[in-house]
Amino acid sequence: MPDGGTGIGAAVKRVEDKRFLTGRGTYTDDINRPGQTYAYILRSPQAHAKIDRIDTSAAASAPGVLAVFTGADMQVGSLPCGWQVHSKDGSPMHEPPHPPLAQGKVRCVGDQVAVVIAETYAQAKDAAEKIVVDYTPLPAVVDMNKALAGGTLVHDEIGTNLCYDWEIGDEGQIDEAFAKAAHVTKIDIVNNRLIPNAMEPRAAVGEYDRATGEYTLYTTSQNPHVIRLLMGAFVLSIPEHKLRVVAPDVGGGFGSKIYHYAEEAIVTWASSRVGRPIKWTAERSESFMSDAHGRDHITHAQLAMDSEGKFLALKVETKANMGAYLSTFASCVPTYLYATLLAGVYTTPLIYCNVKAIFTNTVPVDAYRGAGRPEATYLIERLVDRAAREIGLSQVEIRRRNFIPADAFPYQTPVALQYDSGNYTATLDAALKAADADGFAARKAASEAKGKRRGLGFSTYLEACGIAPSAVVGSLGARAGLYESAEVRVHPTGSVTVFTGAHSHGQGHETTFAQLVSEKLGLPMDNIEISHGDTNKVQFGMGTYGSRSLAVGGEAIVKALDKIIAKAKKIAAHVMEASEADIEFKDGNFTVAGTDKSMAFGEVALTAYVPHNFPHQELEPGLDEKAFYDPLNFTFPGGCHIAEVEVDPDTGVVKVERMTAVDDVGRVINPMIVAGQIHGGLAQGIGQALLEGCVYNEDGQLVTGSYMDYTMPRADNLPSFSVGTESTLCAHNSLGVKGCGEVGAIGSPPAVINAVVDALWDLGVRDMPMPANPQTVWKTIQSARPAAAAE
Amino acid sequence: MPTVTMTVNGKKVSGEVEARTLLVQFLRENLHLTGTHVGCDTSQCGACVVHVNGDSAKSCTMLAVQADGADVVTIEGLANGDELHPMQAAFKEHHGLQCGFCTPGMVMSAVDLVKKNPKATEHEIREWLEGNICRCTGYHNIVKAIQHAQQTM
Repeated sequence: MPDGGTGIGAAVKRVEDKRFLTGRGTYTDDINRPGQTYAYILRSPQAHAKIDRIDTSAAASAPGVLAVFTGADMQVGSLPCGWQVHSKDGSPMHEPPHPPLAQGKVRCVGDQVAVVIAETYAQAKDAAEKIVVDYTPLPAVVDMNKALAGGTLVHDEIGTNLCYDWEIGDEGQIDEAFAKAAHVTKIDIVNNRLIPNAMEPRAAVGEYDRATGEYTLYTTSQNPHVIRLLMGAFVLSIPEHKLRVVAPDVGGGFGSKIYHYAEEAIVTWASSRVGRPIKWTAERSESFMSDAHGRDHITHAQLAMDSEGKFLALKVETKANMGAYLSTFASCVPTYLYATLLAGVYTTPLIYCNVKAIFTNTVPVDAYRGAGRPEATYLIERLVDRAAREIGLSQVEIRRRNFIPADAFPYQTPVALQYDSGNYTATLDAALKAADADGFAARKAASEAKGKRRGLGFSTYLEACGIAPSAVVGSLGARAGLYESAEVRVHPTGSVTVFTGAHSHGQGHETTFAQLVSEKLGLPMDNIEISHGDTNKVQFGMGTYGSRSLAVGGEAIVKALDKIIAKAKKIAAHVMEASEADIEFKDGNFTVAGTDKSMAFGEVALTAYVPHNFPHQELEPGLDEKAFYDPLNFTFPGGCHIAEVEVDPDTGVVKVERMTAVDDVGRVINPMIVAGQIHGGLAQGIGQALLEGCVYNEDGQLVTGSYMDYTMPRADNLPSFSVGTESTLCAHNSLGVKGCGEVGAIGSPPAVINAVVDALWDLGVRDMPMPANPQTVWKTIQSARPAAAAE
Repeated sequence: MPTVTMTVNGKKVSGEVEARTLLVQFLRENLHLTGTHVGCDTSQCGACVVHVNGDSAKSCTMLAVQADGADVVTIEGLANGDELHPMQAAFKEHHGLQCGFCTPGMVMSAVDLVKKNPKATEHEIREWLEGNICRCTGYHNIVKAIQHAQQTM
């Protein structure tokens, strides 16, 4: 580690901070192209309607307007779905068309109906008010059970609202196990629908160069190469060499900026028709009704146990809302990112899960921080909590009895995954200590003395991330490989630029990835630049989601760095007239073993570009290497989250008094950044548990369509967190890293709700829906009181 | 169209604007000071906070014409040349930012807090930040950074 601390394990302050702190970041809406025009997108106010007529004539002649387009003008490909799931009968999922501009029908509030391009945004928006759309309203279907029952169809042409009916496991075998069980615990769970709300609204600038025929799209994306592929190949038929996609500084993603959205295609397509660059930036109200939402599951689950509380079998039936169209990765979230996680950290030998994915007249639902894994974790950990209470075991003891032991790895679960490493007892013990669980009884008594209720809730969880081995996901229906690529370019004076296909939108890659280079090449941070987000600079990339950046993208960088070192050794051997095998590289110096001959990294770099006496048959000039890395397995971070809440039974107000997280994220490169990622995840998890919930009324109107109605976690809703790591190393990547981006959001919701239930158990409360806001808590207490009195 | 004149980051500026132009639009579009961000349309996220005559204000909630004659400081005007303002330095030191989008408003708001209530408790800091939403940090390190800046400002 050079300079006493810029390598692996150092809490290096972030390289990217200065530009963000001084207002000099470049987000998409900050980009202004010469001759730029502005787009306003007219959206459907109807949840479900036939479009009889669109009259754009008044808008087209409004001041400043350059063009108005509707679906009749924009006849292009459908926004594609990247993962084909097959139903249990072997049939492929239904994939109804998803046009960027509506074709004769709208299927959710927010559906794109027309676009106005004008000299200013205000002119575009004013003109859009002059567009007359004649709708014939149709009944909307919002509730998943009603959608399954038939009647109103979101997509007439497929004849059903059931996208797929998928299963994993052997239902017959499971039923036998249940028949023999000493005890069965049953639970009904709703995983509340969330709206991601990255603070930067989505934006896109499309530009067409008539001279070269090249399109450029600047967009708020977590994965610009994926957008280039999806939009270029499937929607607009633009070959990749004529399409550049740039995702500059991006203000948070949390999954919502993975997907290829209509607006990207609209501004790109229209830029060649208008002949000028076009900018579109979402207003927050548009974000609420056009960013893909998250979660939204309804589940019934049963856990079979023997007389000792050992889990025998788990049976799960889930309905998952897809919304009105299939978003890019919507189909894999409630299947391969959810049901495969249902073993959790436990040795449950038999698991069966059936998932029905359902279309409704709501905004598309896709991955949101955690994606499937929070839904699985919430289900398991609520079920385990209930089971413990039913059979009279403590929350800690039921978990210990069922943990996969630390010496059982690699551990094959009954639901396809093979865990490589972990130590769930260690994270539980560390969390119990950090949370001062021993002192809880005294704190509870103090709360009760002032008329409050106090509860302690646990979640021992794991997740599968480092997404993902291409062979595995390909066999499961993914239409992409999920490797990552990197290029390490050593410049003649010895400084280094790394081009990575991962994308940073808050994760601090410019720092963490530079630490890898600093560690490997012995260079100071100032000599290292991390470049990402531009398809014309970075060779290829699958982007950032699924906590994959370090475990997959970082490994690609390491692989390229190893190639650099190997090439540099050849050069050093040539210059120092030694055998390549005798060259050693340490702390930035190449030495000939057993001699005092030495060359600094910078000297080797310069020689690579000034190859005056290279044997060119054997040694090429230059020092620039590329690598692709395809992971061998998923990674499996996990840990223990403990929430301690105080509830005011008179008002229903829940206060999180303590939030403790001890996570196993594998090797930590930058502990400051890891802690920050976990803090953010915890806030989102607590947000889901206590504050956030997307509400549609039965007509399909989005009731929670602004920050007035959708409760975002504020500073005064949250405590300071206690976070720690207790790591085992990933067994199948060279860094031993697992990923830390999603753990906070995955582990925490059940810990919080279990704590609320614990606090109110004596009042007869047996379950608590999310979000457990004051109204819900108060109502739950009121409805529980008669039941408690009767018990 | 009305003409507005104001001092922004110590420089006198003026421009023609439509009467409905918000201060944030004037800053971003006319002056190209894109550090001030727009994160919502209901005056709640606080990404647009600047200082107007010494007080923090949401520049999306003010018309440019209302700032006529005012002294405005944006995030671009906070540092002293290359030397970060103590609040900016504290955010970096304590990892009080991730994606950076809420950061300009958060920093401008925090500076105003420490000026007005230099000894604010953690509880008071969290209450003050009610009008600034951050989706990345969980506020933990923002609070720490402000506590640090209470010592250094």
